[in-house]
Amino acid sequence: MTAHDHDHDHDHHDHRHGHDHDHEASELSETELRVRALQTILVEKGYADQAALDAIVETYETKIGPHIGARIVARAWTDPAFKQALLSDATKAAAPFGYKGDVGDHLVAVENTPDRHNVVVCTLCSCYPWDVLGLPPVWYKSFAYRSRVVKEPRAVLGEFGVSVPEKAEVRVWDSTAEVRYMVVPARPSGTEGWSEDRLAQLVTRDSMIGTGTPTSPAERCA
Amino acid sequence: MNGIHDMGGMDGFGAVQPVETAEVFHGKWEGDVMAITRAMGTVGAWNIDQGRYGIEQLPPRLYLTSYYRRWLERCEWAMVTYGYAGADEIAAGRSLRPGKTPPKGKFTLAEIDKITRRGTFTRPAPAPARFAIGDRVLARNMHPRTHTRLPRYVRGHVGVVERLHGCQVFPDTEAMGQGENPQWLYTVRFEGRDIWGPDSDPTVKISVEAFEPYLDPVPA
Repeated sequence: MTAHDHDHDHDHHDHRHGHDHDHEASELSETELRVRALQTILVEKGYADQAALDAIVETYETKIGPHIGARIVARAWTDPAFKQALLSDATKAAAPFGYKGDVGDHLVAVENTPDRHNVVVCTLCSCYPWDVLGLPPVWYKSFAYRSRVVKEPRAVLGEFGVSVPEKAEVRVWDSTAEVRYMVVPARPSGTEGWSEDRLAQLVTRDSMIGTGTPTSPAERCA
Repeated sequence: MNGIHDMGGMDGFGAVQPVETAEVFHGKWEGDVMAITRAMGTVGAWNIDQGRYGIEQLPPRLYLTSYYRRWLERCEWAMVTYGYAGADEIAAGRSLRPGKTPPKGKFTLAEIDKITRRGTFTRPAPAPARFAIGDRVLARNMHPRTHTRLPRYVRGHVGVVERLHGCQVFPDTEAMGQGENPQWLYTVRFEGRDIWGPDSDPTVKISVEAFEPYLDPVPA
């Protein structure tokens, strides 16, 4: 049994919704009609309530995002014991910061140091630490990023404006199973004495994937 | 399977476009298809590995369309394949007969927190781990036509075991409906030059998570 053995393509789909949705075809694209069809089937068959489907979207649009990871990093920057706990068992250490006080299993935090820069990818699909960073950005799921960052990470990092010292190791973590990685970037200089809340504002999403660095305090204050 | 999805090391996709945008979805339908997928996953209609395998089997020209378009294709395929809708219903855009009851019942607002709680894939170990941290291991030269999570670019190369992650659900069997078949999971680190050749960047190290059946011992 092979999935998709009918090799359905654009033409196939272009006429299969025609009969039921002619009245809407001028307003909704073919893709939108297909999504609506699935929604209708889920609700009519009693697999899901429409309100529950809408709540999923809202959760990922408004409640779960990189602000969670940023608070974890800021804590790691200010509390050495927490940083150690995070690096040894991130699932446990990060849980109190997670939405509803939980992050999923198998979260691993890796620390950038002067000798090593970490960067995270999923070459096979789009595995990403949703619990602490939300949904992945478009570029993380792009073919260019997935294909190239394992082979020429310095070139890819350069496209993000990140330059790693010549002699430092570049470590690429390919998320091929149900382990999820977040990067703990280096704390920017010039932030001595800053509060955790203030530090969290410097922690960008990309800095926790490894394709960025935290905002510098000068930029922040400018 | 050696599909279009296994992209590590391919050339030809151009530069990365690191566009910053606060938008999570680009068009309402993207969020809707994500929600449909998550809801059906949460009620147990199909597992995560079956879902990934559905995407991998897309014809390359469909795979290469867009991210959520792939999810849409996968959803339609999985609904039919796992018996939650007929192809005629997908085409009609509505239910034509009663559905089957998903293993975990209906997805309602009361279940919303399950969406954000990642399940655990750890299972009791059926046998002791074969490898220890520091062991040199060979990623097998294997080319199954079915689902696997060992990327092509590491196959046939020697790496070092860096971490153990316990025993976890084995995607290669889970995707095929052949059970969880838990296997030890390791982080295996490779030298970039062993994979990409002597002319490549000597400072690069790459790791993958590899299940025990992907690995063979390397004599010391």
